[in-house]
Amino acid sequence: MTLAVLLIVLPLAGALLCLAGTERTAKTVGLLAGLVTLGAAVMMAREFPAWGTADFWPNQEGWRLFTAFGVDFLLGTDTVGMILILLTALLIPCSMLVSFGAITQRQRGFYAQFLFMEAAVMLAFLARDVILFYIGYEFTLVPLFLIVAVWGGSERRVASIKLWVYSFVGSVVSLVGFIYLAAGNASAHGGQMTFAIDALSQYGASLPASTQWWLFLAIMGGFAVKVPFVPVHSWLPLAHGEAPTAGSVVLAGIVIKIGQYGALRFAFPMAPEGGLALAPFFSALALVGILGMSLVCWVQNDVKRLVAYSSVAHMGLALLAMFAFNVVGMEGAILYMVNHGLSTAGMFMCIGIMYERYHTKDMEVVGGLMQRMPVWSVFMVFFAMASLALPGLNGFVSEFLCLMGVYTADHGVKTGFPGILGPTYAFLAALALILGALYVLRMLQRFVFGPLREPHDAQHPPGGEAHGAHGHHAVAHDLNLREVAAMAPLAIACIVIGIWPKPLLDTIEPAAAKVVAPYVELIQRAPTAEKPSDGLALNAGSPLPASPAAAGEAAQ
Amino acid sequence: MIPHAIAMLPSTAMLPSTAMLPSPAMLASTASLGPKFALIVPEIVVFAGAVVCAVMGLSQSRSTRAGVPWMAVATLVGTFVVMLKVWTPEAAAAAELPMPLLGKYVIALLCVVGVGHVLASAGSVDRAIERQVASGTGAFDPVRVISGEFHAFLLFSLCGAMLLCHATDLVWLFLAFELCSLPTYVLVAIGRGADRSMEAAIKYFFLGAMSTATMLFGFALLYGATGTLELSAMREAFQMQAQVGGIGTVAIMGMLFTVIGICFKLAAVPMHFYAPDVYEGASNPVAAFISFVPKVQGFVTLVLLLGTVGWDASGNAAIPQVVAAVLWMVALLTMTLGNIGALLQRSAKRMLAYSSIANSGYMLTGILAGPAIGVDATLLYLLTYGVANLATFGSLAAIERNGHEVDSLDDLAGLRVRAPMVATALAIGALSLTGIPPLVGFWGKLDLFMASAESGQRALLVAMALNSGIAAFYYLRLVAGPFVAEPTPRTQGVAPVQSLWPRVSALVFAMGCIVLPFAANQLKQESAAAAMNGPAAPPAVRTAEK
Repeated sequence: MTLAVLLIVLPLAGALLCLAGTERTAKTVGLLAGLVTLGAAVMMAREFPAWGTADFWPNQEGWRLFTAFGVDFLLGTDTVGMILILLTALLIPCSMLVSFGAITQRQRGFYAQFLFMEAAVMLAFLARDVILFYIGYEFTLVPLFLIVAVWGGSERRVASIKLWVYSFVGSVVSLVGFIYLAAGNASAHGGQMTFAIDALSQYGASLPASTQWWLFLAIMGGFAVKVPFVPVHSWLPLAHGEAPTAGSVVLAGIVIKIGQYGALRFAFPMAPEGGLALAPFFSALALVGILGMSLVCWVQNDVKRLVAYSSVAHMGLALLAMFAFNVVGMEGAILYMVNHGLSTAGMFMCIGIMYERYHTKDMEVVGGLMQRMPVWSVFMVFFAMASLALPGLNGFVSEFLCLMGVYTADHGVKTGFPGILGPTYAFLAALALILGALYVLRMLQRFVFGPLREPHDAQHPPGGEAHGAHGHHAVAHDLNLREVAAMAPLAIACIVIGIWPKPLLDTIEPAAAKVVAPYVELIQRAPTAEKPSDGLALNAGSPLPASPAAAGEAAQ
Repeated sequence: MIPHAIAMLPSTAMLPSTAMLPSPAMLASTASLGPKFALIVPEIVVFAGAVVCAVMGLSQSRSTRAGVPWMAVATLVGTFVVMLKVWTPEAAAAAELPMPLLGKYVIALLCVVGVGHVLASAGSVDRAIERQVASGTGAFDPVRVISGEFHAFLLFSLCGAMLLCHATDLVWLFLAFELCSLPTYVLVAIGRGADRSMEAAIKYFFLGAMSTATMLFGFALLYGATGTLELSAMREAFQMQAQVGGIGTVAIMGMLFTVIGICFKLAAVPMHFYAPDVYEGASNPVAAFISFVPKVQGFVTLVLLLGTVGWDASGNAAIPQVVAAVLWMVALLTMTLGNIGALLQRSAKRMLAYSSIANSGYMLTGILAGPAIGVDATLLYLLTYGVANLATFGSLAAIERNGHEVDSLDDLAGLRVRAPMVATALAIGALSLTGIPPLVGFWGKLDLFMASAESGQRALLVAMALNSGIAAFYYLRLVAGPFVAEPTPRTQGVAPVQSLWPRVSALVFAMGCIVLPFAANQLKQESAAAAMNGPAAPPAVRTAEK
């Protein structure tokens, strides 16, 4: 078995072992399985020969189980997928580690669900076939639903059902797009049904523009639920609010990234003309999300929901940058996936640890925790700053690149970064930075600094809650070693990416360029007469992009 | 005995067909009976097994009576083996069947799923009487025991569904169709032993008789339009009519009446109203049976009849436009009304009844997509639906609350505590019906989606996708109830039934939902071969083309 297969099989085996074991051994088995998978992911990353290229590896033909349906069991991934695989493999054990104290009920099921989810996510990132991807993508729903529904907070029922229905409908809509494309491809190629990503991308790009419009709407529309875009986002804050800590971590860090990854891997290459035509629409939705959700964050007292809403705003920025269709923006968006995964996951862990001690997420009730838990406060402030894009931390690099991509996209002739959108979009999106500073600092001010406020019933927490009543201490203690161990890897990654992003940027550049290439070609081919007058001008006749690595250096 | 009375009634409904017997077409078709008999051995085995079951059920010996379900299982296993031996492509070609390999697929499907149905009902038939006899409080009374009849009728019904695949003319088709239908009325009546089941049986029987009459009227019109009862001759007549200005109105009316009649068996709109009431009144194992076998019966009949009006071996779907339009509407309404109806239910059985309606709607899209692309998808979906449906219904059959059947969704809360295996089977079955990959239901749905897309049925494709979304919501209750909800005082009395076999059946078929995708290629090839029209070509060639 090669590493690619191991990445899927190991968590599966771990999950079954968890279920077969006892309540007491479940956490150990789960963590071990997670760590072994992390080891396999690291080994695969070391062996990975395609760093710095847009190639896929290992492209290994697995079982020929579904060939009659046109589905090839072909596994392989490029740099983007590889980075996300590493992120997944890192976040799963961390999220397990952080829930050792919090989860006291049905532990076998709990850790098994995380491993089932890990296997499905790995399959999604490794798939070179649309249906194979879909299997992983759709299957994540089952463990995610159970995690929220069984181990969630008081409103878990509504939250889990909403999560299930939104995601299911979204993914089925994408599936319809894929199947329509595959059927067209089959009839164009003598009835040979195939779901291979490359073949479908090639065929999709050759379709008439009106067909591509619908295709892009279907495929991207489905992924938009997962990202999530604004009108279909309401499941996410609810799910985050009710999910157990570890559930929020994987939801923010991994699951919604599959949505963005899907846009990048499927929607964009399969219907470039449709993407170009619909870019203003989706960009506007992204902007509404960025600004609207930032404003919502401003008035949130529930810390967890605040982070959840900020998540919607952040992913909006990442998607906006993708719709700028230039290499800088795309690079920024890809890096944003990783950075958002790290910093938001860190914040959710901090909030979860706090919740374990105080059983509230309300800033009105609890605050000034610097005096009680200094180490915790350091982590909280650190991850908040990373998410706020403080220069020197990872968030800054990606946010800067995203904004730069959006801004320069209109001036293709001068800057050498052809694309659409432009300064207007960048200006509006940058407003979100200010709003972000406002709400994050407000949160930190009340939550971490200021006078100490603790709920009166901290000594007698409500027993028997789904989160498990842990922390019968008179005074909430600071982080223990296990909790530090869960968060430290994320913090280190934040610093490393923040200070020295160049290798990462260099290595994702070809992949980003590959996604953007058909769009650049289309934009350059578009006659000037078609230029819309409202500032969304297409760049006609601009030169090919100069090295965006320069932009990466500028970001530092 | 009331069940017997019900069984006797339909002979009046069959009168018109007996009146047709001396027609010259029928006499002509007897000439080809030789090769047909070679293929009919599996059905003979089922029939013989049914008779043996009926006799064994009357035995004085308790152990012989207990052996009745095993006799039924053995019969079905034997049928499967015999079918594999008998049903060679050459034999099928010699019998000049319209769809040579259809029977092989359908018989295999009915045998495998039929074993599950027999096991799901094991221990529930005759339970009270056998307990009385065992404890000495009641004497053995051959009039009161029904196990023999139950299993015999179950096998007779399967036999009828199998015989359908051999039909080369309308008389055979109708007789087999009725042989499949009539026992199901009896099964509904005797499966539960309560007033509700009697009411359900009466309702099922009368509506069934009405739909049969509708279908028979359609047959009469078809005969009037073509002057023949033989499917192949009818096909030629229609082809000739199509060349000289279109198929006549009488024939199209006949086709429409026939389709509407078949809709009853599929539980498709507009003949779907009975389904929730009848399923609710029937015992759980019987509800499982009538949500599956009549669907097989209906789709086989539909495929054979539509084959006469225009589908040709090259796979061009050329059903008359009116018929296609009606089928299109039926498919759309069936899936939508079924799913919306299911949303509103508090009873698990009624919910599954509406889900079975919705699933018929999905399968009709395959029929609309035409023989080369879609019929194999429908056949494959029948299999995936049959397996997942049995896992779900079988799970309901495997538990009881205070000795009564479980019906309400509330009874399922926290089932994982009281019956972990059943809860797992139920959840897997429901997820498979939802179409969660990689379970087998997903592959069935994928194939139907692909068929719709390939045949350009965009509206149906989108409708099916949206309906899957609705369905995902209500199937979720069967996962969330057992696994998420905590046990309530109401569920105190919920426990697995005494007999082990319903649990085994549910669990085996739930495992089937997980394991069958590993054989997805073979299943797809088999269904593609079965969907092939006309004289047999080697199946491998056809599938390669696809």
